[in-house]
This record gives sequence, C-alpha cells and structure tokens, in this order.
Amino acid sequence: MLEIKDIYKTFNEGTVNEKKVFEGLSLTLKEGDFVTVIGGNGAGKSTMLNIVAGAYPADDGSITIDGVDVTKLPEHKRAKYIGRVFQDPRMGTATDMWVEENMAIADRRGMRRGLRWSITNKDRERYKEALAQLDLGLEDRLSTKMGLLSGGQRQAVTLLMATMKKPKLLLLDEHTAALDPKTAAKVLEITDKLINENNLTALMVTHNMRDAIAHGNRLIMMNAGKIIIDVSGEEKKKLTVESLLAAFSKASGAEFASDRALLS
Amino acid sequence: MNLILNWLGTLPGAAGQGLVWGLMAIGLYITYKILDVADLTVDGSICTGAAVCAVMVTNGVNIWIAMFCALVAGMLAGLVTGWLHTIFGIPAILAGILTQLMLWSVNLLIMSGRANVAITRLKYGDKVLITSAASDIYRTIVILAVFVTLTIAVLYWFFGTEFGSTLRATGNNLEMSRAQGINTNFAKVFGLALSNGIVALAGALLAQQQGSADINMGRGAIVIGLAAIIIGEALCPKLVTNFYLRLLCVAGGAIIYWFVFQTVVFIGLPSELLKMLSALVVACFLGVPYLKKTYFSKKKKARGGKHA
Repeated sequence: MLEIKDIYKTFNEGTVNEKKVFEGLSLTLKEGDFVTVIGGNGAGKSTMLNIVAGAYPADDGSITIDGVDVTKLPEHKRAKYIGRVFQDPRMGTATDMWVEENMAIADRRGMRRGLRWSITNKDRERYKEALAQLDLGLEDRLSTKMGLLSGGQRQAVTLLMATMKKPKLLLLDEHTAALDPKTAAKVLEITDKLINENNLTALMVTHNMRDAIAHGNRLIMMNAGKIIIDVSGEEKKKLTVESLLAAFSKASGAEFASDRALLS
Repeated sequence: MNLILNWLGTLPGAAGQGLVWGLMAIGLYITYKILDVADLTVDGSICTGAAVCAVMVTNGVNIWIAMFCALVAGMLAGLVTGWLHTIFGIPAILAGILTQLMLWSVNLLIMSGRANVAITRLKYGDKVLITSAASDIYRTIVILAVFVTLTIAVLYWFFGTEFGSTLRATGNNLEMSRAQGINTNFAKVFGLALSNGIVALAGALLAQQQGSADINMGRGAIVIGLAAIIIGEALCPKLVTNFYLRLLCVAGGAIIYWFVFQTVVFIGLPSELLKMLSALVVACFLGVPYLKKTYFSKKKKARGGKHA
C-alpha cells in the first residue's frame, strides 16, 4: 500500500545547523496495516510523515502509494490518497468556517471543485449522521464556527474529515499529544473505530508507549532517522513498556531519550 | 439653519462617493479579510480601471464594453501580483507594491503619457452611465447601488460554491487546505485577480463620476478601502455571520467614511490634512485590538506566575 524507499533528507544543508535526518530510510506498509510509530526526540517520526504527505520534498528516494509514484506530486495532489490529522488541533480545520463547511471541504478531497453549491441538504444529513457517531453532541452544531469547539472535539472532527472520503493512507501525527488524558483516550477510541470500520491503512506517530503498544497491528521504533525495531502480529501483542525499552537499549546502544514518552 | 441645509446638501454627493468606494472596499475585502493578504496592488489597479474606461470612452467605445475591459485589466493586474507571490515566492505585500509600481507606468501608457484624461460632460455626458453633475446625483446613486447589490449577490453565490469555499479555506488555514487537496496557490491567484477586477470596475465608475481619470487617483486607495472595511465591521455586530450582510456593512462603512469626510471638509479642515486623518483613523482601529490583547495577556501571565 505504502512504499517508502531509500529516503534521504537533510535540513539546512551546508550551514552550521545542518541536520541529516534520513540517510536511506525505507518502510513498506501492507494494505490494512495500522502501524504505530514511536521514537525519541528528533528521531524523524514527524519528518517521515511530512515527507510522505508532501509537506517537505525528500532529497532522494521515492514514495509510492497503492502503486502510484507520488514522489513528484505536490502536497495538494497527494491529498487525493492521504488523510491527515495534525498534533495541533488548530491545524486540521479552518477555524473561522462552520463545522459543516469544514466537512464539505473534506468531502471533496481529491475531487474537482466546481461552481456547484458546496453543501446540499443531503450532504448536511450525511454530516449529521457522521458527527452523531462521534458521540460528542456535535450533530446539532453544524453551523458552529470550528474555532469555538474544544481541542478534543476539533481533533475528532478532523479525524472524521480525514476519513469521510476514504483515504488510501491515514497519517496521524501525535494527534492526541495536545489533549488531556481523558480526551486523548476518547480520540484514540474514535481513531480505532474509524480505522477498523473503514479498513484503513494507517501510520500513527505517538509519544506514548502504552498507546503505541495497545493500538494497531504493527509497531516501529525510530532512532536517529532509522527504524530500529519493527514488530507485528503475535509478537507485538506480547510487548510491554519494559521489554520495549530493553529492546531499544539493545538496538541503539543508548537509553531511550524522551521524557515525555517515559512519563506518560 | 442655512449652515445645516448646506451641510445636508453635501450628503447625496458623499453617498455617491461612498457607493463607488464601497464597491472598491468589497473588492479589497476579498483579499484583506478572506485571503488574509494586504494587497497593495489596488492603489494601482483602481487607476488602471479608470484609465482604461476613460481612454476607451473618449475614443468612442461603448461604455459597457469599456467597463468590462476595465474589469479585465484589473484582473490581469491581480494575476501579476498573484504570480509574483506564488511562483516567485515574493511576500504578498511586496508583490503588491511591485505590481503597483509597474501599474504606474502601465497607467501612463494607457493614457498615452498624459496624467489626466477628461471625460467632458458636454461631449460624453450621454455616453457614460453616471456623471459628476449635481443634477444627476440621484440617478447616480441608484445606478451605483445596483452595481454594489449585484456585486454582493455574485460574491455571495461564488463564495458558497465548492470552488469559492477553497478560497475561504486557503485564507483561513493553509496547512489544512493543502491537506484537503486544495491548490492554495491557485486559490490565492484567483482571489487576487477577482479582487482587483472589482477594484478596477470601481475605478471605471469613479472616473465617470469625477469626469476624468487621473494618474494620482489611486494614491492611498487601500487606506480608504480599509477604513470602509473597519467601519463596516464596527457597524456589523459580531453575531452577523451572513456573508452578504457583512459585505453590505462594508459598503455602509464606505458611505459613512465619505459622510465624515464631507463633514470635516465642510467644517473647514484644510484638505491637505485629510489623507493624514484617514491613515490615523485606520492605524488606530488596527492598533487598538493589538494593544488590548497585549495588555490583557500580560495580566494573565502575571497571574500565572503567582501560582507557579
């Protein structure tokens, strides 16, 4: 489904701030894979997602989604295949537009946008039904400005927006990191539900080891731009935070360097 | 008593001015409020519209064709700014300034090197839509009101369409727009062209209203447009989210601006000071919310510090 092949990426090349993030990163996802990604600070998790989404170009290597080489496609064209939810709840929605207007925009992802009226009554019914499934009481707030919703509500709507037009690939970039634990759990629950119901292929970056272990069918751990642990299936089910930390020290020869991940 | 009557006598003229500038401010609203770009192209494109219209009318071209050409010329100007910004990565405000300067030369070329092209009433009075004549003022107001209403109707429809909402999303949140598959560069270029087209159309009407196109007529146009938008926002309660009502408020803001302007002139303020006054009013309105915000956020920080 997704093939990341031999990606190279250096930021600020040729300056004192030069940072080599990837030197030949490769990763392949099968259809229906739900992969959780964990790693220390600066491991390249978010950069990987951004390169897949086309937010930054890769210096070298290729990205293939469902057999289509998207390496040269600009971000807005790749959006046809990709649904995204960001870490910052403000980033995933247009705050000054209504809930239904945001959903209408997501509803046309990858389609030609013409001079038809953007929301019909039929659309409105569909949006209402979809929102009702979130169980957050948002179905009655179609004409509320997005900016008036709470961070958790916004992330939930963003998730809906990322999946309502079924994406080939769903990218979740620490999408619960800015939420309080209770809200984060609720958003994760919705995430699981949407991924299972739509049978989506997904990459979820998280800083929470427990979440990384509890969700998805495959877990990868990154360090310094490399994938150092990759477990799936039965083996993944047996993982614990302790065994994961031990495996990390063994693979990288260092202590796991993320206070956030260890404290949560 | 006489004084009051004299003052009242200036109001219809101010309403006429206000409606033309209201149309201009509606054009500016697209970039300033919807796309979140301060587009300085308008200082040039309003004159481009006036120049195209005046030159074509004085050369015997039908007024409707002349005004249509003014609209297209304005759109081309917006296109140049849009390309400078999106293809060459020049910050929007600088791209607008560059186009504005280019337009100075272009406008002179359109007017064959003259600084002023008069649409004399004696010769062209029956060929134009509106004139500067005081006797025509009510007809002028009605015609301008129709232009403003039609423009608002078209924009209301446009921004409700699938494509129109991509412009709103682009101005609101670039990351989200791209993630949802919107070509944000195209949306910006289109918005700039649409905006400047409307501004140039306002320029074409302005040339007819004041009986000439003048190379200096666009100087400070953006400030007048911004003043109209700001007054309009103040008029319009926050609860009004209806797009056509908001645009109507902008047109109303422009009319109020010219009422105040005429009154200040009437009271006897030297006209040299008027541009200073406009700029100061806009600076105050733009500055006050910022001062409020920094003042209040400082207070919050201090309180947080105590708890920590």
